[in-house]
Amino acid sequence: MSGIGPDNPQRLHWLVRPHTIRRLWWGGAAVLVVTLLLQALAPYKGVLAMEGWPAFAAVFGFAACVVLVLAAKVLGEILKRPEDYFGGDRDDA
Amino acid sequence: MLEALSVPAVILLIGAGLIAATGGLLRQLVVLLAPLLTLLAATQVPDGVTLTAPFLDYTVEVLEGSPVRRLFAAVFALMAFTGGLFALNQARGYELAAAYAYAAGAIGVCFAGDLITLFLYWELMALFSTVVVWCGGTPGAKAAGIRYAIMHLLGGVILKVGIEGVTIHTGSNDIVPLVVGNFDTWMILTGILLNAAAPPVSAWLADAYPQSSATGTVFLSAFTTKTAVLALWLLFPGEAVLIGVGLYMIIYGIVYALLENDARRILAYSIVNQVGFMVCAIGIGTELALNGAAAHAFAHILYKALLFMTAGVVLYRTGKSRCTELGGLFRTLPVTTACGIIGALAISGFPLTSGFVTKTMISQAAADSGLVWVYFTLAVASAGVFLHAGIKYPWFVFFQKDSGLRPREAPWNMMLAMLLLAGACIGLGVYPELLYRYLPFPVEYVPYKPGKVVYYLQLLLFSGLAFFVLLPLMRRTETITLDTDWLWRIGLTSLWSRSRSLLRGPATALATGYSVVVLTVRRRLEWLFLAKRADGTVTGEGMLARSWAIGTTALCIVILLVAYVVTYFL
Repeated sequence: MSGIGPDNPQRLHWLVRPHTIRRLWWGGAAVLVVTLLLQALAPYKGVLAMEGWPAFAAVFGFAACVVLVLAAKVLGEILKRPEDYFGGDRDDA
Repeated sequence: MLEALSVPAVILLIGAGLIAATGGLLRQLVVLLAPLLTLLAATQVPDGVTLTAPFLDYTVEVLEGSPVRRLFAAVFALMAFTGGLFALNQARGYELAAAYAYAAGAIGVCFAGDLITLFLYWELMALFSTVVVWCGGTPGAKAAGIRYAIMHLLGGVILKVGIEGVTIHTGSNDIVPLVVGNFDTWMILTGILLNAAAPPVSAWLADAYPQSSATGTVFLSAFTTKTAVLALWLLFPGEAVLIGVGLYMIIYGIVYALLENDARRILAYSIVNQVGFMVCAIGIGTELALNGAAAHAFAHILYKALLFMTAGVVLYRTGKSRCTELGGLFRTLPVTTACGIIGALAISGFPLTSGFVTKTMISQAAADSGLVWVYFTLAVASAGVFLHAGIKYPWFVFFQKDSGLRPREAPWNMMLAMLLLAGACIGLGVYPELLYRYLPFPVEYVPYKPGKVVYYLQLLLFSGLAFFVLLPLMRRTETITLDTDWLWRIGLTSLWSRSRSLLRGPATALATGYSVVVLTVRRRLEWLFLAKRADGTVTGEGMLARSWAIGTTALCIVILLVAYVVTYFL
């Protein structure tokens, strides 16, 4: 019966098939590792010496995003309101 | 008269008039030709003042050229062209006419040689951009347009007060760098910053722009905030307060975009974020920073218009713009998706895109000026931009879940406009000299150094990793996020109704007291002139209305005379 069900991977768009997604994860991880390794070949001389540390930009970028997302989450708890809060005058609300 | 036809803004204004007056093929021809003729005229404007005109008691400088003025005017004309192409078959005639008149106002500001000319074009922009907001055609667009108009007319008044002050106190209304230090200059700075969507009134932008039509928002994204950037560039270069204002705008834009559900509002918040980079650079004020601000404005106008075009196609084809209702559109909108990704990479400053060669220029300027904290805040912001606009926008709109929507790909004119802008984003990234040669100061900056490229690749790609790791925390909710516009949309209304109820008691007492006084005076007068019964019917004349005996009258006169004489001698 396989081959005609709606969940059959062959019926999915190639980009969302499980094995494509698996490959994308592996490919993405490989790219991340390569950017870390490339630093050995192309060191960066920034404003502060620590910018030249191995994987500094990677850790800095990741940490900055964590802080921003958490800050937005906390702020969202306080400031988020239903879409019709202002009387629902948004056309798509 | 003929001289006026060489003024780029006049050419585009005539184009706007023709668009309103014509239809069919002729209108389409005007839509495409008018911006190109304007672009040609803008590139031909020589340095210095070349055209003046009498206005009231002043001689205003209608046309003044300089490299930065030509750069902004050129990108505005290019934007009018691609926006016109995008909207060619979809927008109504009056929307296109209003959009072109709005663009003409922006180009007029670029070449304004004095503050009066600048103000007149500034108000032209406010007027026609409001019409473009209203072209959304919904009750929401109408209400947002009114709020937008009030905000910009208020900004115009503030700006005008400053211009009057500077003109009276200095005797000159020339556009030259000013030092913020007195009431006049603060008013000018405030009026301009209001148009730049600076705090505390950044909310007007995300309130109004996404309410316009799928095509109107593309125009709105380009002109108002960037003319404000040019005005700051010309009037307040190196003004330190702008560094703080710019950094606030950068972080504000990221945080609010992260919380937002509506795709077009995400992009609206990211305008504030990107303008923040430019405002900050103008505050730094070195030649590299000012080059960076101008270059970033140029690049930003193109990639932000591209992003709004992709969101516009989605809205045009599906009627939806909420992330919660979208997803999986890459299946049937491959070109729009690709263009959305290119725009997203460009706004994130990914290597080989226009954003990289302009944004890193600003970071370098901060580093060269010894502003380490600014430099690192800009690095945080680069990561944050990739998070909210680089990945979040394309991910939630074109990928994530399958929404089941299978819209048709964009119409040919929309697709062509997107492809042109996508090509420009990559072209400027690969070959930055195309842009660098037109910058106001000589460029020695080299964007592509191996170490720098690897540094930014690490920064951005690991930000991307953070997005997918933190995805559960970024679940979309059908909400809005409160902003300072709460103060005038809810706070002021509430204050009005509360003060009415508070004043109701004293007002009632005052009215009662007033009625009592009026009634008493009336009764006394009636007693003097009319004789009344208890039921109110008049039975005769009152004391002062009666005929008196002559002797009594003479006695009264004598008493009055004596009183007068005594008073006189006292």
